[in-house]
Amino acid sequence: MPVATFALCALAIWEAYARTSGIAPQVLPAPSRVLREGWAFRELIGTHAVPTLQASFLGFTLSMVVATVLAVVMDFSRRVRAALYPALVASQTIPIIALAPLMVIWFGFGLGPKVAVVALVTFFPITVGWVDGFKSTEAGAVQLLRSMGAGSWQVFCKVRLPSALPSFFSGLRIAIVYAVVGAIFAEYVGARYGLGIFMQLQKNSFRTDLVLAAMFVTATISIVLFLSTYLVERLVIPWHFAARRLTDR
Amino acid sequence: MRVIEVRGLRKSFRVGAEPLPVLAGVDLAAGRGEFVSLIGPSGCGKSTLFNVLVGLEPLDAGEVRLNGEAAPGKRELFAYMPQQDLLFPWRRVIDNITLGLEVQGMSRRRARERVRPLLPTFGLEGFEHAYPFELSGGMRQRAALLRTVVQERPVLLLDEPFGALDSLTRTTMQRWLEQLWERFRWTALLITHDVREAIFLSDRVYVLSPRPAHVRAWLEVPIPRPRALAVMATPPFLEIERQVRALLDQGAVGPRENDRDADEWEPVSAGDGPGEDARHG
Repeated sequence: MPVATFALCALAIWEAYARTSGIAPQVLPAPSRVLREGWAFRELIGTHAVPTLQASFLGFTLSMVVATVLAVVMDFSRRVRAALYPALVASQTIPIIALAPLMVIWFGFGLGPKVAVVALVTFFPITVGWVDGFKSTEAGAVQLLRSMGAGSWQVFCKVRLPSALPSFFSGLRIAIVYAVVGAIFAEYVGARYGLGIFMQLQKNSFRTDLVLAAMFVTATISIVLFLSTYLVERLVIPWHFAARRLTDR
Repeated sequence: MRVIEVRGLRKSFRVGAEPLPVLAGVDLAAGRGEFVSLIGPSGCGKSTLFNVLVGLEPLDAGEVRLNGEAAPGKRELFAYMPQQDLLFPWRRVIDNITLGLEVQGMSRRRARERVRPLLPTFGLEGFEHAYPFELSGGMRQRAALLRTVVQERPVLLLDEPFGALDSLTRTTMQRWLEQLWERFRWTALLITHDVREAIFLSDRVYVLSPRPAHVRAWLEVPIPRPRALAVMATPPFLEIERQVRALLDQGAVGPRENDRDADEWEPVSAGDGPGEDARHG
């Protein structure tokens, strides 16, 4: 476990520095303090984690549906693709940091604007994953199906969709990491509950230790979500894993 | 009785403003249960011919007749086996084999039932639930052939089916296909670059000219079946091989007009020119 070794070393250095240098815990709390205080406030952090998870989950689901529909429509119509793709790229140039506060002004402090921000930051990698995946379909496979008398819909279901799945999962993995970060960001600029606003409030009262504790929780959630995509991928496209294992050898 | 008859097939592509003729009136025919090969120089337009026959490309002129009548939907005529096996990695072997039947609207269960009894003949018994990547090259090609024949179209269209295999496997597959054909007597049209493969498997061999392709000559192969590999060393076989090669060479160095044109077109076929010739040729 080289990761664990590395993490332990880093924590040990941090701990030693925080204890010996006389630095104020408001500036840099020792990891042991972050852990202790985080545990003491676990219920409060848990309460704030729920809306964050909700926003992440809803936003991500929304983005997956929208991205999939867009990608399929673009795959069927070159004209739609020509019209939409540049707009999709342009949507990614919007600075979220400027947009998120506006969302609060427009839609208030509720869940809606958070979901929208999460969807906005996650749908692009998913769409690109699909579109590139569809493009990777082997031309010969399409010809073969056509020679069998297949129409466009059959070609889509039997070749293009399965061909696109590995690439879709790559996009999904990138997107899911953004989901929680997006939710926290949206909360940071205005919310009643949520890890984002929790961090904001704790920072304002100089509880750096609790900010770091909430960050640790956030990171853990993201990592778990990231790893879970591998699990889902393995269930949905087992053939891809099996083939890759063989060629890796 | 001629199952399939192709008359005066013409096809050209447009390269910039210039029309590039690829098929210049191809005539050929195959009787019921006849194994017929097409052989021609690289890039002569064989794959375009197949694509036209299968209905992937519209033809400019000519006709395809089935059992003496003008064929309506061309796709109903041919079961196509491409050079690459194109087994889908996400489908198990048996589900790859049933693909054509599913496209025709048969339920997966019924299609599996139809295919299952044929698995031992094709050496795939016990592998039906494997994924394609778990199979050897020869097995993949056998699965691809089975996928082709279960469609029960009047004619099999085999596009260099063993072209991607190593030479030992290819020899094995050629002998296997000959034996299998003896048993099932499909009407088959084979495209190949391999002169010996063409003669070994066929009742008749058509020799195509360089592009634009037309049939330069055809030869009967009166070698009795079943044929063993040793037949390739017998005088009748060698004589046919000599004749076929002579016909092909005539195209390579001869003073005919076609040949000059073929040379001029070389850059087109090497670049991203029209059709499939660049890839297969």
